[in-house]
Amino acid sequence: MRTPEPTTDGLKLDFSGIWSYDPAPEDRGHAKIDARYGLFIGGRFVEPKSGRYFDTHNPATESKLAEVAEAGAEDVDAAVAAARKAFPAWSKLPGAERGKYLFRIARLLQERAREFAVIESLDGGKPIRESRDVDVPLVAAHFFYYAGWADKLQYAFPGKTPKPIGVAGQVIPWNFPLLMAAWKIAPALACGNTLVLKPAETTPLTALKLAELIRDAGLPDGVVNIVTGAGATGSALVNHPGVDKVAFTGSTAVGKKIMESLAGTRKSYTLELGGKAANIIFEDASLDQAVEGVVNAIFFNQGHVCCAGSRLFVQESVAGTVIRKLKDRMQTLRVGDPLDKNTDIGAINSRMQLDKISGYLKIGLEEGAEMYQPACELPGKGYWCPPTLFTNVAQSSRIVQEEIFGPVLAIQTFRTPEEALEKANNTPYGLSGGVWTDKGSKIFKMTGKLRAGVVWANTFNKFDPASPFGGYKESGVGREGGLHGLMAYLNLE
Amino acid sequence: MQRLDVLKTYKLLIGGAYERSESGRYLPLRDKKGGLVANIAWASRKDLRNAVVAARGAQSGWAGRSAYNRGQILYRIAEMMEGRKTQFVAERMREGATAKAAEADVAAAIDLWVHYAGWCDKYQQVFSAVNPVSSAHFNFSVPEPTGVVGVLADAAAPLQALAASLAPVIASGNTVVWVGPAAIGASALTFGEVLGTSDLPAGVVNLLVSERAELRPHLAGHMDVNAVVAVGADDAERKQLQLDAVRNLKRLTFWEGPAADPYRILALTETKTTWHPVGF
Amino acid sequence: MADRTYPDFSRIVPIDTVGVEERVARLNTRSIKKSSKVQALKLALSMLDLTTLEGMDSPGKVRQLCRKAVQPIAGRDDLPRVAAVCVYPPFVKLAKQELRGTGVNVASVATAFPSGHAPLPEKLDEVRRCVDDGADEIDMVISRGEFLRGEYAFTFDEVAAVKEACGPAHLKVILETGELHTLELVRKASDISMAAGADFIKTSTGKVTPSATQPVTLVMLEAIRDHYYATGRMVGMKPAGGIRDAKTALRYLVMVKETLGAAWLHPDWFRFGASVLANDILMQIVKQETGVYTSLDYFSKD
Repeated sequence: MRTPEPTTDGLKLDFSGIWSYDPAPEDRGHAKIDARYGLFIGGRFVEPKSGRYFDTHNPATESKLAEVAEAGAEDVDAAVAAARKAFPAWSKLPGAERGKYLFRIARLLQERAREFAVIESLDGGKPIRESRDVDVPLVAAHFFYYAGWADKLQYAFPGKTPKPIGVAGQVIPWNFPLLMAAWKIAPALACGNTLVLKPAETTPLTALKLAELIRDAGLPDGVVNIVTGAGATGSALVNHPGVDKVAFTGSTAVGKKIMESLAGTRKSYTLELGGKAANIIFEDASLDQAVEGVVNAIFFNQGHVCCAGSRLFVQESVAGTVIRKLKDRMQTLRVGDPLDKNTDIGAINSRMQLDKISGYLKIGLEEGAEMYQPACELPGKGYWCPPTLFTNVAQSSRIVQEEIFGPVLAIQTFRTPEEALEKANNTPYGLSGGVWTDKGSKIFKMTGKLRAGVVWANTFNKFDPASPFGGYKESGVGREGGLHGLMAYLNLE
Repeated sequence: MQRLDVLKTYKLLIGGAYERSESGRYLPLRDKKGGLVANIAWASRKDLRNAVVAARGAQSGWAGRSAYNRGQILYRIAEMMEGRKTQFVAERMREGATAKAAEADVAAAIDLWVHYAGWCDKYQQVFSAVNPVSSAHFNFSVPEPTGVVGVLADAAAPLQALAASLAPVIASGNTVVWVGPAAIGASALTFGEVLGTSDLPAGVVNLLVSERAELRPHLAGHMDVNAVVAVGADDAERKQLQLDAVRNLKRLTFWEGPAADPYRILALTETKTTWHPVGF
Repeated sequence: MADRTYPDFSRIVPIDTVGVEERVARLNTRSIKKSSKVQALKLALSMLDLTTLEGMDSPGKVRQLCRKAVQPIAGRDDLPRVAAVCVYPPFVKLAKQELRGTGVNVASVATAFPSGHAPLPEKLDEVRRCVDDGADEIDMVISRGEFLRGEYAFTFDEVAAVKEACGPAHLKVILETGELHTLELVRKASDISMAAGADFIKTSTGKVTPSATQPVTLVMLEAIRDHYYATGRMVGMKPAGGIRDAKTALRYLVMVKETLGAAWLHPDWFRFGASVLANDILMQIVKQETGVYTSLDYFSKD
C-alpha cells in the first residue's frame, strides 16, 4: 500500500525520533452527557411518540455515548406545530428583543465553550484542537453576528420590506454538527422565523446540548425545536406541509431529492451541498505557506468538509518541490485520539464513511494512481484513515471526479493558467477553490474565472460569520453567512 | 394601382443568425379577416439545443465586457427600438392590440431598457460587500452572472415582457435562451432584428417562438442551462419545472409581469466571496 | 573564496506573512506534557548560549556565568551543561580559561557588534583575535545598511571573508532581522549567508527590538530546510533575544522538530541566545521534579 518515504537525491528528514510528545488529553470531566435524550419540542425535552431510541457512538472508541430519541412522523408533526404556534409572537417581537436572545445564546456558549468542544470531539471524532479553536468559537461568533442583525433588517435590502417566512425546517450534517446548527438557527431567528432542526444521526449530542442552552437562555417555547433521527425523520420534516422554508446542508444526492420532493409546494429552499474543490499552486507562490494551505484544505476535519480542497493542481516546474514539502509536512500530522490536544487528524465519523473512503483508496490504486501515506500508528479500535495523497492521476479518475469526503488528496500538474482553470472548473461542483501565487493581477484573474462560491487566494478553509458561503452549480443554492445569509430567511416585498 | 405589400418572414434568432426552424415548422399569423400576414418560424427542441450552444459560447465573452460597455449596448437597444416605434406599434396592432395599448407598451419597453442599461454598472455596488472578517484577511463578495439562463415568457404586454425578462438577465453578463408564445411571436422576432443592430454580440440573446409546454422540459432539463426564469407560471408548471430542474440543480426564478427591479438582476447572479491575506 | 560562486541575488522567495503567522499559531497549540516536557526542558538547557553582552560586563560576571554554564544549579551535576557562553571579545580569554575541559564552548560576538559599522579589515582582525584568544564560535553581524541598499554581493563577500577568518571556529551569522522588516528579506539574508558559508544563521543581536520572533525563526528554519535539500549541507539555527521563558523555548523546539526534524534537535544545530531564559528553564525542571511551583529567589541571578 505504501510508497517509500520522500527523498531528494537520497536526502531525507527524520520527523520521528529523539523527542516525541506525550499524550495530552483534554479533560472530559465537566462534559456532562445524559444517558438518554428526548426530543426538544415546545421548550422542553419530551419522550418520542415513536417510542424509539437509537445509540450515538464515539467513533474513536466505538463505545456508546448516549441514547437519543428517534422522531417519527407524529413527533415531527408536534415539533412543527410548536414552531407554528410560537411564530406569531416571535415574529412580532421587536427585532432588538429577538437580538438580545441571540446575544444571550452567544454569551452562554462562550461560557461553556470547552464543554461543547469536548462533546463535539467525543461524538463526531474531530480533533479537540479544531472543535476548541474553530468550531465552537465560530458558533458563538455566528450567534453574536446575527444577533445584531435582528433590529437592522430594513437596512439590508434597499428598497424592500423584509418579512419573516414562517416555520423553517432545517436538516444538518455530521461534519460540523454544532457549527451547522448555528449557521441554520442564528439567521432564522434573527429574521423572525421559528424552526425545527434535525441534526445528523451520528452526531446529535451538541445540538441537544444547545437545546439545553437555548432553554436556559429563556427563549420562548417552540421558537427552536430539535428533533433527532435519521433520513426518515429529515424527510418527514422537509415534507411537512407546515414548513414554509427548508434549509439543508449535506450531500448533493440528498439535496436533489429534497428539491424534487419540494416540487409542487411553494416552500423556499436553500441547499449547501458537495464539492470537489481545486487548489492551484503557481511556481511564484509562497510554497511553504501554500503547502500549509493544502494541508488545511484537505486534512482539516479529516477531510469531512464540503469545501475541502480535495484536488491539487501544481505548476509542473515546482511539482517535485511541492510534493516533497507536502510529504514532509504529512509526516508531522498526528492521527489519533480526538481529545488529545496534539491530534491533527481525528477519527473518521462513522464506519460507513470509513468504508466509503477505503473504497476510494482502492479505486485510486486500481486506476493506477500512486498513493502516499506517512507511517503512523493507528489506534486499534475506532475508525481511522491516515492522511493520503495520490499522484499520477488523470482528470477522468474517479478519485478526481467524485467527492470522497475524507483525508484524500489527488494531485495533478499544469503548465498554463488556462489549463489549470479549465481543469479546475471541469466538475459539476462549484463550492470553493484556491489559488496560490505572489502576483496580484494573476490572483484577480484566476479568482474571477473560478466557478465557485468561495475562493481562497493564498489561504484556504477560512470561515467567518460575516462572510457569505455557498456554491455555484451542483454545490448548492443560496448563501449562508453575512448579509447575504439573511435573504434565505426573509420574504422581500 | 394598389401596391402589393411585401410580407416578412419572421425568423428565430439563434447565435446572431436569423433562421427558420430546423424542423421546418411554422405558425401562420393572420389578420382579422383571416388573411395570411406572415409565417413565423416555430422553434423545435433542436433549435433550443442549438440556442443553448450559442448562448454558452457567448457567455464568457459577454460577461467579460466591461459593465459600462454592457450598459451602452443595452441603451443602444433602447435607441434602436425608439427608431422602430411605429413598426412595433403596427405589429402589435396586427397582433390584436389597440393603438393606445400598443403605443404604451412600446414606450414602456423602451424605458425599461434604458432603466436596466443604467443598472449594468451599479447593481454590483448595491449588492456587493466587503465583509469584516475577524482574521487578517481582506474578504469581499460580488455577484457574478449565473451563466446560461432560459426564459419562459408569457403573452402579456409583450415588448415590456421582453424587456423585463431579457434586460435584467443580460445586464450582469448572462446569456439567454428566450422562449415566447406565438401570440407575441411577430413582436418578439422583430425585436430580434433590433438586437442585430445594437452591437449585442451574437448568441447573447437567442429568441425562440414555440409552444411553451413543448420546449419547457427540454429547457428545464438541459444540463448546460444554469437557471430558468418562468414568467407567469402556475403551480402545476412550477412543480414540473422544479422536477426537471433538479437534474443539475438549476436555479429557478418566477416572475409576474414586467418590472423595473434590480433584484431581478440579483436573482440571476451567484455571489462569489474571495479571501486574501493582508500582510507585508 | 575563489571557488565560491554567487547565488542568484535576483531570486525572491515569496513568503506570506499571514500564512507564516497561522502556521506558528498552529505549532503553538502543541501541548508538551510530562516526560516529554522534562526531556525538552533539558534539551533546551543544553542548547543555551548563555549570554552577557553589556557595556558594564566585568571579569567577575563572566566568571559567574561560566560557572553557571557548567553547572546550572549549584551542586547538581545531573543537569546538562549549556552549549556555550557568549561574550564580548575582551572576555574571550577569560571565558576560555574558565571553561577549558568542560565541554562548554566559548562564543564571541565580533565584527563591530552590534552595529557592524566598521571597515572589513578591522572586522576580520577582530575575528582572528577572538579565535586566537580561544573562541570556538564567532557570532558576526551582517552590514544591514549594505544589505538593505541591495548590495547583496557585499553581504555575501562579507560573510565569506569572515568565514575564512574564522578558521576552525564555527561561524554564526546574525541577520538582525528586526532591522530587515520583511520576511522576504529575512529569507534572502538567510540564503545569502548560507551560500557564503555560515555554519549557523542567527536572528538578532538582542540590541534591537524586535529580536527573535517565532515567524522569523520559522522562515529561517524553512530556508535551512531548502538549503539542506539543495546542497545536502546542514546549517544550524540560533534565535536570540526575547526568549525569556521555558514555555516559549519549548515552542521553538516544536518548530524545529516539525520543520527540520530530529537531526536538528541537538546543540550542534540549534541554539538559544538568551540570558534570563536559563533560570526559567531551571525553575520548570524543578517544578516538574517536585510538583511545586517555585520562586526565582531560589535560582542564582548572574
